[in-house]
Amino acid sequence: MSPRPFWPPLWAGIALGLALFLTFVLTGHGLGSSGFFTRFTAEVGQWLAPELTAANRYLGDYVRGEPLQAWITWEVLGAFIGALVGALSGRRFRPQVERGPSSGVGSRLVLALIGGILTGLGARLARGCTSGLGLSGGAALAVGGFVFLICFFAAGFLFSFIVRRYWQ
Amino acid sequence: MIWPLYDSGVASGLLAGFLFGFVLENAGFGSPRKLTGQFRLEDWSVFKVMFTAVIVAALLLWLSKQFGLMGTGSYYVPTPFYVAMAVGGLLIGAGFAIGGYCPGTSVTGLAGGRIDAVVFMIGMVLGTALFAAWFGPLEELYLATPGPQGQTLMDLTGIPEWLIILVLAAMAWGGFKLGSKLEQKLGGPYQASDLYPADNKQN
Repeated sequence: MSPRPFWPPLWAGIALGLALFLTFVLTGHGLGSSGFFTRFTAEVGQWLAPELTAANRYLGDYVRGEPLQAWITWEVLGAFIGALVGALSGRRFRPQVERGPSSGVGSRLVLALIGGILTGLGARLARGCTSGLGLSGGAALAVGGFVFLICFFAAGFLFSFIVRRYWQ
Repeated sequence: MIWPLYDSGVASGLLAGFLFGFVLENAGFGSPRKLTGQFRLEDWSVFKVMFTAVIVAALLLWLSKQFGLMGTGSYYVPTPFYVAMAVGGLLIGAGFAIGGYCPGTSVTGLAGGRIDAVVFMIGMVLGTALFAAWFGPLEELYLATPGPQGQTLMDLTGIPEWLIILVLAAMAWGGFKLGSKLEQKLGGPYQASDLYPADNKQN
């Protein structure tokens, strides 16, 4: 079965803007993602090293309550379901390790892990990620959101030169 | 002032998230090849979709305030910590180019069946744990150079909100033109048919 085409970027952007505005109307804040992974890390810390996690000055606050009982958990679960419906209805669901044609599975997974570590560190330092700070902060016309976006694109172009052979 | 509703319940989260994920997937943002194509300049979808969404939402928020549906200061505006947000942005930009995702798009990638998205997520959990472990030495950077609470571009420049949105729209229009030109030159953007072979035999 051949996949359905993607939405044109302008239409996808308008749809994303409407979803973002609806989120502001519903909740008083925008969309996010990395906050869920912070809470998930606190939850994992609670299983693996409860005392160390409780004593940690950053994650300790999260484990005083139930770390995953938060709006963002339901939002990320909703995003997963929404994307799954999109992939299935668009005939784009493919179990795979997606990589560039010249890249092996091993090197792709190592780069995914390194990229994830940098992203986890960066999102905690910036207090948000591309969705929470870039997209939602940008829509609120927050100075912090635009500082983030400018640096995000600058580093993306720079590091893309270094790793482009893995993707092309 | 009837908005925002300040509804932080399960249904509100599931609905907002569902629309978020559904749009990201249909934009092609589950695919790390398409996403990183932005930084090779051959696929400008990330810029186009994000910039359009920011302008549409900013315009609707401004209109809501104009029509008295929403009060000034009634919704969340992040307070800038200039250095931490700049360094965090650099790290996430690097992580995106290297790993192929950001946090939200990794959820989209996983929902499309990608194992590499799970590995990226494991990396994010490790990165978050490292941040927590190093919070002592990192705290100074984390708290350095705070700006005014909830500082907006209007606060910073004194330019009225409608004019800021207009300037952003003009920049977006320029970016669309430039992006489409480069896409044509470099053989992009990635189409669904390039990324999802019909025979399902890739990998």
